[in-house]
Amino acid sequence: MDGFAMGGYGAYVWSCFALTFVIVVFSDWRARLRHKRVYRDIEVRLKALGDRE
Amino acid sequence: MWKWFHQLASPPHFYRLSAILSPWLAIPGLALIAYSTWQGLFVVPMDYQQGDAFRIIYVHVPTAYLSMMAYTIMATAGAVGLIWRIKLAHAVAAAAAPIGAAFTFLSLCTGSIWGRPMWGTWWEWGDPRMMSQLILLFLYFGYMALRGAIDDTAKADKAGAVLALVGIVNLVIVHFSVEWWSSLHQGQTVFRRGTMDAEMRLPLLLMILGFTLLFGSMLLRRIRTEVLYRERRTRWVREMILSPRGGS
Amino acid sequence: MKPRQQRMLAIGLAALGIAIAAGLTLRAFQDNMMFFVEVSDVVAGNYPKERNFRIGGLVVGGSLQREQGSIDVRFDVTDTACTVPVRYSGVLPDLFREGQGVVAHGRLGGDGVFEADKILAKHDEDYMAPEVAESLSKHQQDIQAAVVRGTGGCNPDDS
Repeated sequence: MDGFAMGGYGAYVWSCFALTFVIVVFSDWRARLRHKRVYRDIEVRLKALGDRE
Repeated sequence: MWKWFHQLASPPHFYRLSAILSPWLAIPGLALIAYSTWQGLFVVPMDYQQGDAFRIIYVHVPTAYLSMMAYTIMATAGAVGLIWRIKLAHAVAAAAAPIGAAFTFLSLCTGSIWGRPMWGTWWEWGDPRMMSQLILLFLYFGYMALRGAIDDTAKADKAGAVLALVGIVNLVIVHFSVEWWSSLHQGQTVFRRGTMDAEMRLPLLLMILGFTLLFGSMLLRRIRTEVLYRERRTRWVREMILSPRGGS
Repeated sequence: MKPRQQRMLAIGLAALGIAIAAGLTLRAFQDNMMFFVEVSDVVAGNYPKERNFRIGGLVVGGSLQREQGSIDVRFDVTDTACTVPVRYSGVLPDLFREGQGVVAHGRLGGDGVFEADKILAKHDEDYMAPEVAESLSKHQQDIQAAVVRGTGGCNPDDS
């Protein structure tokens, strides 16, 4: 398909778009993981406290 | 007005509200990005000088814009936190840094990849726009490293806010570098004197809007994590987590 | 004064101090912040003589000459008034065109010709479709403008 070649600039154009989406998704994925970890850590601590009482 | 503001700035209220708000930013944001990407890659005509390489503008300008937007939020939130001692403000500043760093990195990468075929160089040391944008990236890294090095959250908040405020100088330089000094980088198109055909301009504006909305939801997610961590010993977090329904 | 206002004042004064310090520093390093030297300054002799430097301007329309059978090129670079001839041997960037911006790195020879070892293309902030540019005859206008500018009055002493 001609549209993907971008008149010889395909490698430049596609890599820019791909990199942008990969980094944005990666950043938000990391943030999601961190939120889950923080939540779980608090949960574990609270449960441990509850058991002791 | 003040009452409403204080209520919003109260951690439990914000934590609940942001969970509801986040998808209302992310979904339209992603839809706009999808539409504008399609337009920018396949529908919009190529540039009379740059041909199809010009299409890189549809990711370069939004990421560069957000790299500065994130810093503005980080520094403003830091100042608000210092002056009014609002805890949520410091959480906002801390949350904005990694996202800002990601967008700064992207603006540098896409700019470099665009510069190679058009200007004839990946990178030019000594160009004021490129150097000040690189310094912006290092300011984000410095901010995050500073926070990481200080265990006490309140101290980390203060030190970070001071660094962010000092770094505003660089933000001003990034913005005006192409006007104050000679640069390989062209002047601004979107919000200033440059011209752009309407059919090229509209998808770019929609792309900027879409990325801004997505940025908003990314920021909210990170603020929520910050708030949750900072409030981990409070009663509302305890009640939320131990409640039968559970939170998230 | 309330503590909050004190903090506000402290931050405001600190910001003012930093802004002034930064402004003075940038002023002092003004020349080093420039990526390239304007053609008029080169003609007037205001350029770093002890090292290589960059000149920037527009490629004068009709000035591009290619040596037969080699990659040597010659062209003139102009700002709004003055012109400097440039000699270069190598591959030109895709965007290198008559009437368009260019930045050349190298040194000024004794004959007044700038010997470039690197050529970068600089484009403007205008973007338009080929058909639109065609209807405006943008290419011709750019080249024409550069020709007119290249033959304008050059008074390096003014600057």
